[in-house]
Amino acid sequence: MFNIISLISGLLFGFGLALSGMVSPSKVVGFLDLTGNWDPSLAFVMGGGVLVTVISFRYILKQPSPFFGKEFKLPTKTDLDKYLISGAVLFGLGWGLGGLCPGPALSSLAYGNPKIFAFVGAMVGGILIAKALTGAF
Amino acid sequence: MENFTPYSSLLGGIILGVASTLLLMAGRIAGISGILSYLIPPQSGDALWRVLFIAGLIVGAAAYPLFGGDMSFLNANPYQLSDNAHYVLLIIAGLLVGAGTYVGAGCTSGHGVCGLGRLSLRSLTAVMSFMAVAVVTVFVMRTVVGG
Repeated sequence: MFNIISLISGLLFGFGLALSGMVSPSKVVGFLDLTGNWDPSLAFVMGGGVLVTVISFRYILKQPSPFFGKEFKLPTKTDLDKYLISGAVLFGLGWGLGGLCPGPALSSLAYGNPKIFAFVGAMVGGILIAKALTGAF
Repeated sequence: MENFTPYSSLLGGIILGVASTLLLMAGRIAGISGILSYLIPPQSGDALWRVLFIAGLIVGAAAYPLFGGDMSFLNANPYQLSDNAHYVLLIIAGLLVGAGTYVGAGCTSGHGVCGLGRLSLRSLTAVMSFMAVAVVTVFVMRTVVGG
Protein backbone atom coordinates (compact mmCIF):
# COMPACT_ATOMS: atom_id res chain seq x y z
CA MET A 1 0.00 0.00 0.00
CA PHE A 2 2.85 2.38 0.94
CA ASN A 3 4.36 2.06 -2.54
CA ILE A 4 1.03 2.60 -4.30
CA ILE A 5 0.37 5.75 -2.23
CA SER A 6 3.84 7.00 -3.22
CA LEU A 7 3.02 6.45 -6.91
CA ILE A 8 -0.34 8.27 -6.61
CA SER A 9 1.31 11.13 -4.72
CA GLY A 10 3.94 11.40 -7.48
CA LEU A 11 1.25 11.40 -10.20
CA LEU A 12 -0.63 14.23 -8.49
CA PHE A 13 2.59 16.14 -7.83
CA GLY A 14 3.72 15.92 -11.48
CA PHE A 15 0.31 17.01 -12.76
CA GLY A 16 0.12 19.81 -10.19
CA LEU A 17 3.55 21.14 -11.21
CA ALA A 18 2.53 21.18 -14.88
CA LEU A 19 -0.87 22.81 -14.20
CA SER A 20 0.69 25.43 -11.91
CA GLY A 21 3.11 26.52 -14.66
CA MET A 22 6.18 25.64 -12.58
CA VAL A 23 7.54 23.39 -15.35
CA SER A 24 8.25 26.60 -17.27
CA PRO A 25 11.68 28.08 -16.44
CA SER A 26 10.49 31.39 -17.93
CA LYS A 27 7.60 31.50 -15.47
CA VAL A 28 9.89 30.76 -12.49
CA VAL A 29 12.40 33.41 -13.60
CA GLY A 30 9.43 35.77 -14.17
CA PHE A 31 8.58 35.41 -10.48
CA LEU A 32 12.16 35.97 -9.34
CA ASP A 33 12.48 39.01 -11.64
CA LEU A 34 11.10 41.55 -9.15
CA THR A 35 12.33 44.60 -11.05
CA GLY A 36 11.22 43.32 -14.48
CA ASN A 37 7.87 42.12 -15.83
CA TRP A 38 6.93 40.45 -12.52
CA ASP A 39 4.74 37.32 -12.55
CA PRO A 40 3.43 36.54 -9.01
CA SER A 41 2.17 33.05 -9.99
CA LEU A 42 4.83 31.13 -8.00
CA ALA A 43 3.62 32.74 -4.77
CA PHE A 44 0.14 31.37 -5.52
CA VAL A 45 1.58 27.88 -6.10
CA MET A 46 3.55 27.92 -2.85
CA GLY A 47 0.62 29.56 -1.04
CA GLY A 48 -1.89 27.00 -2.32
CA GLY A 49 0.39 24.14 -1.30
CA VAL A 50 1.14 25.49 2.18
CA LEU A 51 -2.55 26.33 2.72
CA VAL A 52 -3.25 22.59 2.47
CA THR A 53 -0.20 21.25 4.32
CA VAL A 54 -0.37 23.66 7.26
CA ILE A 55 -3.82 22.22 8.09
CA SER A 56 -3.39 18.58 7.03
CA PHE A 57 0.13 18.04 8.47
CA ARG A 58 -0.96 19.21 11.91
CA TYR A 59 -3.73 16.60 11.95
CA ILE A 60 -1.69 13.76 10.44
CA LEU A 61 1.31 14.26 12.74
CA LYS A 62 -0.96 14.03 15.81
CA GLN A 63 -1.59 10.39 14.95
CA PRO A 64 0.70 7.80 16.58
CA SER A 65 1.55 6.28 13.18
CA PRO A 66 0.82 7.05 9.51
CA PHE A 67 -2.35 5.66 7.88
CA PHE A 68 -0.43 3.90 5.11
CA GLY A 69 2.85 2.99 6.79
CA LYS A 70 4.59 1.80 9.95
CA GLU A 71 6.27 5.01 11.11
CA PHE A 72 6.85 8.64 10.27
CA LYS A 73 10.28 9.39 8.79
CA LEU A 74 10.71 13.10 9.41
CA PRO A 75 13.69 15.47 9.47
CA THR A 76 15.17 15.53 12.97
CA LYS A 77 17.55 18.50 12.78
CA THR A 78 16.36 21.74 14.36
CA ASP A 79 19.46 23.97 14.34
CA LEU A 80 20.24 26.51 11.64
CA ASP A 81 23.69 25.19 10.71
CA LYS A 82 26.14 26.26 8.03
CA TYR A 83 25.09 23.37 5.78
CA LEU A 84 21.47 24.54 5.68
CA ILE A 85 22.40 28.09 4.74
CA SER A 86 25.25 27.33 2.33
CA GLY A 87 23.18 24.64 0.60
CA ALA A 88 20.24 27.04 0.22
CA VAL A 89 22.60 29.68 -1.23
CA LEU A 90 23.99 27.23 -3.83
CA PHE A 91 20.48 26.06 -4.68
CA GLY A 92 19.20 29.64 -5.03
CA LEU A 93 22.04 30.44 -7.39
CA GLY A 94 21.30 27.41 -9.59
CA TRP A 95 17.54 28.03 -9.44
CA GLY A 96 17.94 31.62 -10.60
CA LEU A 97 20.31 30.63 -13.43
CA GLY A 98 18.26 27.74 -14.80
CA GLY A 99 14.72 28.50 -13.66
CA LEU A 100 14.42 24.84 -12.68
CA CYS A 101 14.22 23.14 -9.29
CA PRO A 102 14.26 19.34 -8.78
CA GLY A 103 10.49 18.65 -9.02
CA PRO A 104 9.79 20.50 -12.27
CA ALA A 105 13.08 19.21 -13.76
CA LEU A 106 12.23 15.54 -13.11
CA SER A 107 8.59 16.06 -14.19
CA SER A 108 9.66 17.75 -17.43
CA LEU A 109 11.58 14.63 -18.47
CA ALA A 110 8.09 13.67 -19.74
CA TYR A 111 8.35 16.18 -22.59
CA GLY A 112 11.57 14.81 -24.12
CA ASN A 113 13.45 18.13 -24.26
CA PRO A 114 17.21 17.37 -24.44
CA LYS A 115 18.00 20.50 -22.40
CA ILE A 116 16.04 19.04 -19.48
CA PHE A 117 18.01 15.78 -19.74
CA ALA A 118 21.24 17.81 -19.59
CA PHE A 119 19.99 19.66 -16.48
CA VAL A 120 18.87 16.46 -14.71
CA GLY A 121 22.16 14.74 -15.56
CA ALA A 122 24.08 17.68 -14.09
CA MET A 123 21.80 17.68 -11.04
CA VAL A 124 22.60 14.00 -10.38
CA GLY A 125 26.28 14.88 -10.85
CA GLY A 126 25.90 17.71 -8.32
CA ILE A 127 24.40 15.31 -5.77
CA LEU A 128 27.27 12.85 -6.30
CA ILE A 129 29.89 15.59 -5.92
CA ALA A 130 28.22 16.92 -2.75
CA LYS A 131 27.99 13.42 -1.27
CA ALA A 132 31.67 12.80 -2.04
CA LEU A 133 32.77 16.12 -0.52
CA THR A 134 30.65 15.77 2.61
CA GLY A 135 31.85 12.22 3.13
CA ALA A 136 28.49 10.53 2.65
CA PHE A 137 30.14 7.71 0.69
CA MET B 1 1.93 41.10 -15.19
CA GLU B 2 0.40 39.76 -18.43
CA ASN B 3 1.84 36.27 -17.74
CA PHE B 4 0.17 35.98 -14.32
CA THR B 5 -1.99 32.82 -13.99
CA PRO B 6 -3.63 33.10 -10.55
CA TYR B 7 -6.26 30.35 -10.92
CA SER B 8 -4.24 27.54 -12.52
CA SER B 9 -1.26 28.31 -10.24
CA LEU B 10 -3.38 28.30 -7.09
CA LEU B 11 -5.16 25.10 -8.14
CA GLY B 12 -1.83 23.49 -9.09
CA GLY B 13 -0.41 24.53 -5.71
CA ILE B 14 -3.39 23.01 -3.89
CA ILE B 15 -2.81 19.75 -5.81
CA LEU B 16 0.85 19.83 -4.63
CA GLY B 17 -0.45 20.24 -1.08
CA VAL B 18 -2.83 17.29 -1.48
CA ALA B 19 -0.03 15.13 -2.97
CA SER B 20 2.25 16.06 -0.02
CA THR B 21 -0.57 15.26 2.42
CA LEU B 22 -1.03 11.84 0.84
CA LEU B 23 2.68 11.01 1.10
CA LEU B 24 2.80 12.17 4.74
CA MET B 25 -0.13 9.79 5.37
CA ALA B 26 2.37 7.14 4.27
CA GLY B 27 4.91 8.58 6.71
CA ARG B 28 7.16 10.48 4.28
CA ILE B 29 7.92 14.09 3.40
CA ALA B 30 7.36 14.93 -0.29
CA GLY B 31 10.73 16.60 -0.80
CA ILE B 32 11.77 15.90 -4.37
CA SER B 33 15.50 16.55 -3.87
CA GLY B 34 15.57 14.17 -0.89
CA ILE B 35 13.55 11.51 -2.71
CA LEU B 36 16.09 11.66 -5.56
CA SER B 37 19.34 12.04 -3.60
CA TYR B 38 18.77 9.02 -1.35
CA LEU B 39 18.25 6.98 -4.51
CA ILE B 40 21.85 7.71 -5.56
CA PRO B 41 22.95 4.99 -5.06
CA PRO B 42 19.77 2.94 -4.37
CA GLN B 43 19.54 1.36 -0.88
CA SER B 44 17.82 -2.01 -0.64
CA GLY B 45 14.34 -1.78 0.89
CA ASP B 46 14.22 2.01 0.47
CA ALA B 47 14.34 2.42 -3.30
CA LEU B 48 10.98 1.27 -4.70
CA TRP B 49 8.80 4.04 -3.24
CA ARG B 50 11.29 6.63 -4.46
CA VAL B 51 11.35 5.19 -8.01
CA LEU B 52 7.54 5.00 -8.06
CA PHE B 53 7.18 8.60 -6.88
CA ILE B 54 9.57 9.88 -9.58
CA ALA B 55 7.83 7.71 -12.23
CA GLY B 56 4.56 9.28 -11.01
CA LEU B 57 6.01 12.78 -11.43
CA ILE B 58 6.89 12.06 -15.06
CA VAL B 59 3.59 10.34 -15.93
CA GLY B 60 1.57 13.02 -14.10
CA ALA B 61 3.33 15.77 -16.05
CA ALA B 62 2.89 13.79 -19.28
CA ALA B 63 -0.88 13.69 -18.64
CA TYR B 64 -1.12 17.49 -18.53
CA PRO B 65 -1.23 18.08 -22.33
CA LEU B 66 -3.90 15.35 -22.61
CA PHE B 67 -6.14 17.67 -20.57
CA GLY B 68 -5.52 20.46 -23.07
CA GLY B 69 -2.69 22.09 -21.11
CA ASP B 70 -0.71 24.93 -22.67
CA MET B 71 2.67 23.59 -23.84
CA SER B 72 4.25 26.86 -24.99
CA PHE B 73 6.79 26.60 -22.13
CA LEU B 74 8.66 23.83 -23.99
CA ASN B 75 10.89 26.38 -25.70
CA ALA B 76 11.39 28.41 -22.52
CA ASN B 77 14.72 30.22 -22.60
CA PRO B 78 14.37 32.93 -19.93
CA TYR B 79 17.53 34.84 -20.84
CA GLN B 80 17.16 34.44 -24.64
CA LEU B 81 20.53 32.71 -24.94
CA SER B 82 21.90 30.82 -27.92
CA ASP B 83 21.26 27.07 -27.74
CA ASN B 84 24.87 26.27 -26.84
CA ALA B 85 25.06 28.95 -24.15
CA HIS B 86 21.72 27.75 -22.74
CA TYR B 87 23.08 24.19 -22.46
CA VAL B 88 26.18 25.42 -20.61
CA LEU B 89 24.04 27.53 -18.26
CA LEU B 90 21.66 24.61 -17.56
CA ILE B 91 24.57 22.26 -16.77
CA ILE B 92 26.07 24.78 -14.31
CA ALA B 93 22.59 25.36 -12.84
CA GLY B 94 21.96 21.60 -12.54
CA LEU B 95 25.26 21.02 -10.69
CA LEU B 96 24.42 23.86 -8.25
CA VAL B 97 20.83 22.68 -7.72
CA GLY B 98 21.92 19.06 -7.12
CA ALA B 99 24.75 19.95 -4.72
CA GLY B 100 22.83 22.78 -3.01
CA THR B 101 19.67 20.80 -2.29
CA TYR B 102 21.70 17.86 -0.95
CA VAL B 103 23.83 20.04 1.35
CA GLY B 104 20.85 22.22 2.35
CA ALA B 105 18.59 19.17 2.84
CA GLY B 106 15.75 20.31 0.66
CA CYS B 107 14.29 22.35 -2.16
CA THR B 108 11.06 24.20 -3.01
CA SER B 109 8.95 21.11 -2.22
CA GLY B 110 10.60 19.73 0.93
CA HIS B 111 11.46 23.05 2.57
CA GLY B 112 8.71 25.02 0.78
CA VAL B 113 5.40 23.15 0.54
CA CYS B 114 6.14 20.60 3.31
CA GLY B 115 8.59 22.37 5.66
CA LEU B 116 6.53 25.57 5.87
CA GLY B 117 3.46 23.38 6.46
CA ARG B 118 5.27 21.82 9.43
CA LEU B 119 6.15 25.34 10.67
CA SER B 120 9.84 24.36 10.60
CA LEU B 121 12.23 27.23 11.36
CA ARG B 122 14.97 25.47 9.36
CA SER B 123 12.71 25.33 6.32
CA LEU B 124 11.62 28.97 6.68
CA THR B 125 15.29 29.97 6.87
CA ALA B 126 16.15 27.86 3.82
CA VAL B 127 13.22 29.20 1.76
CA MET B 128 14.07 32.83 2.56
CA SER B 129 17.75 32.18 1.77
CA PHE B 130 17.28 30.45 -1.58
CA MET B 131 14.55 32.89 -2.66
CA ALA B 132 16.74 35.90 -1.85
CA VAL B 133 19.77 34.45 -3.64
CA ALA B 134 17.65 33.47 -6.66
CA VAL B 135 16.15 37.00 -6.90
CA VAL B 136 19.63 38.54 -6.84
CA THR B 137 20.86 35.96 -9.39
CA VAL B 138 18.03 36.81 -11.81
CA PHE B 139 18.64 40.54 -11.32
CA VAL B 140 22.34 40.11 -12.16
CA MET B 141 21.56 37.89 -15.16
CA ARG B 142 18.99 40.36 -16.51
CA THR B 143 21.47 43.21 -16.06
CA VAL B 144 24.44 41.39 -17.59
CA VAL B 145 22.85 39.07 -20.15
CA GLY B 146 19.41 40.62 -20.68
CA GLY B 147 16.57 38.57 -22.13
